[in-house]
Amino acid sequence: MAAEDPYQTLGVQRDATQEQIRAAYRKLAKKHHPDLNPGNKPAEERFKAISGAYDLLSDPDKRARFDRGEIDAAGQERPEQHFYRRYAEGQEGGRYRAGEPGMPEEELGDILSEFFGRGRGEGGTIRMHGRDQHFTLTVEFLDAVRGNTRRLVLPDGRGLDVRVPPGIEDGQTLRLKGQGGPGIGGGPPGDALIEIEIAPHAFYRRDGRDIQLQLPVTLAEAVLGARISVPTPHGAVTMTIPAGSDTGTRLRLRGKGVAAHGSQAAGDEYVTLQVVVGETDAALEGFLRDWAPKHRFDPRRGMVEQ
Amino acid sequence: MVVSVSLETLCRRAGDLDPVEVEAWVAREWVRPEGERGRYRFREIDVARVRLIRELRQDLRLDEEAVPVVLSLLDQLYATRRRVRLLCDAIERTAPEEVRLRLGEVLRGLSEVE
Repeated sequence: MAAEDPYQTLGVQRDATQEQIRAAYRKLAKKHHPDLNPGNKPAEERFKAISGAYDLLSDPDKRARFDRGEIDAAGQERPEQHFYRRYAEGQEGGRYRAGEPGMPEEELGDILSEFFGRGRGEGGTIRMHGRDQHFTLTVEFLDAVRGNTRRLVLPDGRGLDVRVPPGIEDGQTLRLKGQGGPGIGGGPPGDALIEIEIAPHAFYRRDGRDIQLQLPVTLAEAVLGARISVPTPHGAVTMTIPAGSDTGTRLRLRGKGVAAHGSQAAGDEYVTLQVVVGETDAALEGFLRDWAPKHRFDPRRGMVEQ
Repeated sequence: MVVSVSLETLCRRAGDLDPVEVEAWVAREWVRPEGERGRYRFREIDVARVRLIRELRQDLRLDEEAVPVVLSLLDQLYATRRRVRLLCDAIERTAPEEVRLRLGEVLRGLSEVE
């Protein structure tokens, strides 16, 4: 293989000065020195060509003979050089550790255990904690309020009974110790981490430990008062609506929210009335037409500019 | 058997070096031969390192103050490469073929993203 033209290799003109040749070589060598490019195989070939060209052109005598055509660029490569990188990556390389001499190098094992979270047991055999496994369990709104036990079927076919405590929040995670991946080398199994998703309810809303309910009532029930049946997560209860109630009137059913659990007292259910007129008849329409209220009332006061 | 050479042999081999200069490098701990001053023994890796320092100083015209910075960065680079190599060896020895093939696929995917 014909050697490259040394002027081209260094990227200089044929009439370049020694200083220009030196500068060109220095620039290329900085970029291609194999020890500064340990991962780059072609760098070594490139560097050999560059130093060969430099050896030839930096020697005025050799350069003149080359220019006269007495010698060619072949055979100008430096003798086989064992670069530092050849040793630095072997075991010997550990002698030149980064940092203060004598300071212990961070051990590979430390790095690996950081990555894999593994620990070593006695006798040097690897004992690994099983993996934690993550699952999502959707629970019914009422199960989250009252508490219940749900069966979760895992991808591997195993069934897992998950005790859902009353008052669990959406997004909360339950940890079932030892129900995750099996341990390795006698290590303990991992845990199953179950993220709880609470399905919304048709008419209840959760507010911490309390339940909010928008309860439709008739005009007559609101104006005259009534005893009506109200749904709660713990079954229907009878509640008295005071006379003169209105849309937005809030009533409390004590202890009808999230069930008591541990030291936590039970929450309450808050019922917000919503007057619904419904279908009317001639009698109501006639009454309202003739009705002259004692106090004029504008529910939109302050909303509409006069 | 560990092959090692004296300071004089080293200077001849690494391309006409002044032993006084090399001793100064040793004093600055750029090179760490074995033995006492006057009886240093340089292993092959030390010879290659001395040659590298000579090239950094003479050919690349690195300032005397810049050399330890470059060496420290290089030492960290090579330490990382040694670890990666150990990690690859460990995977090679322990991982089932299926895992190795899958790992190869994933790594190829990563370098395409790069």
